[in-house]
Amino acid sequence: MEMISRFRDKDIVKLLLENIFKETETDKIYNIMEVCGTHTMSISRFGIRGLLPKNVRLISGPGCPVCVTSQGEIDMIFELLKYNDVIAAVYGDLMKVPGSDGRNLLDLKAEGKDIRVVISPLDVLKLKNEQKKGVVFISIGFETTNPATAGLIEVIVNQGLDGFYILTLNKTMPEIIDILLEDKELNVDGFLCPGHVSVMTGESLYLPIIKRNKAAVITGFEPVDILYSILDIIRQINCKNFFIKNNYGRVVNSIGNEKANGLVYKYFEPADSIWRGVGTIKNSGLKIREQYKYLDASERFGLHPSDKLEIDGCKCGEVLKGKILPNKCNLFGLMCTPENPVGPCMVSSEGACAAYYKYEI
Amino acid sequence: MCLGLPGKLVEISDDKTFGIVDIAGTKREVSLMILPEEVELGDYVMVHVGFAISKMDEAQAEETLKAIMEYYDGDDIEIQG
Ligand code: SF4
Repeated sequence: MEMISRFRDKDIVKLLLENIFKETETDKIYNIMEVCGTHTMSISRFGIRGLLPKNVRLISGPGCPVCVTSQGEIDMIFELLKYNDVIAAVYGDLMKVPGSDGRNLLDLKAEGKDIRVVISPLDVLKLKNEQKKGVVFISIGFETTNPATAGLIEVIVNQGLDGFYILTLNKTMPEIIDILLEDKELNVDGFLCPGHVSVMTGESLYLPIIKRNKAAVITGFEPVDILYSILDIIRQINCKNFFIKNNYGRVVNSIGNEKANGLVYKYFEPADSIWRGVGTIKNSGLKIREQYKYLDASERFGLHPSDKLEIDGCKCGEVLKGKILPNKCNLFGLMCTPENPVGPCMVSSEGACAAYYKYEI
Repeated sequence: MCLGLPGKLVEISDDKTFGIVDIAGTKREVSLMILPEEVELGDYVMVHVGFAISKMDEAQAEETLKAIMEYYDGDDIEIQG
């Protein structure tokens, strides 16, 4: 697609870099956080960190849904499979995430548990004729993915299908952004705002950021997108003029996708949710509304998350809060590698530890 | 899993709830259930976990590239299409 190839154009990349260098010829340190796992991956994959001036620091935030799911929530999937003869349908990223006993879903599958990888929630419907005691869709994700789960529920309800349940581990962004902004130790000057979350939420999600005099620039995932947005953040900081800028107008409009949000709140309501390394955050997740409770896997199978936040020794929580870079974890690259991951940040294709391991060492 | 991929619509179902997109040569079924915009064959949509979430706007892409070039103040630069 021509439109995309131009967002990888070498000459434009060079031009943007020259301007970034020009604008940062000071002693100031520019701390910029990306709040999206796909941004983390792009930054590592295109080697963007290494191209930037030394005083421009990119910090990874809590942007990978698998990574932010607390250990107690992950363990619920293992509990479900231990006691019930069901089909669990999961996104591929979950397969290698270790449960508290060190085993992962691949191990459980090898032991004969029925686990299916799906690309879309709607793939679950293809299991209609295979139901045993039920099919449980393990739903993780942020604003971008949540409407897809709502879409699955819409089909189940409209077609009156039996035997399908949803385990909702879904999370929402505004509350965690507030927590990052409140954090006195975390000194971020500007945010690269997640492009595809913004498709759903529109621009208003980032108002709290600019209210605190920090830059907020919505961006896509190509090198030109990311560098252009870094330059815009630097300029906002230099001019002390903070506003929400949408550099991903080819995909994101200012109000968001109301149709998708309408579907989400038809079936879900806000609920407390437990984040890895952070703990319970009020109203930062979704639960199925009372009327559709019969579809809720935690109700049907009596599942409750323990308050375990992470695996001993793993520092995903610190990584997700932008406190440390992955290579500052003692297990990084030694005990913990993508082949043998200890924590979800090394497992997920969007995890910060995996991005560092794959592209930056 | 969070990856969004741009795809070209090559088929739309009669009731407009489903389509087929071509993503870099691979054909995939995509739900149009949550897409707020009207779409036609040939349009590009952003696809995420099997759902089209937004219609892509080529004019906006041009705008962005034009805005970027305003940073430019030197010799001719060759922009490859
Ligand atoms: S390197 Fe491994 S153990 Fe350390 S924080 Fe990352 S995922 Fe956790």
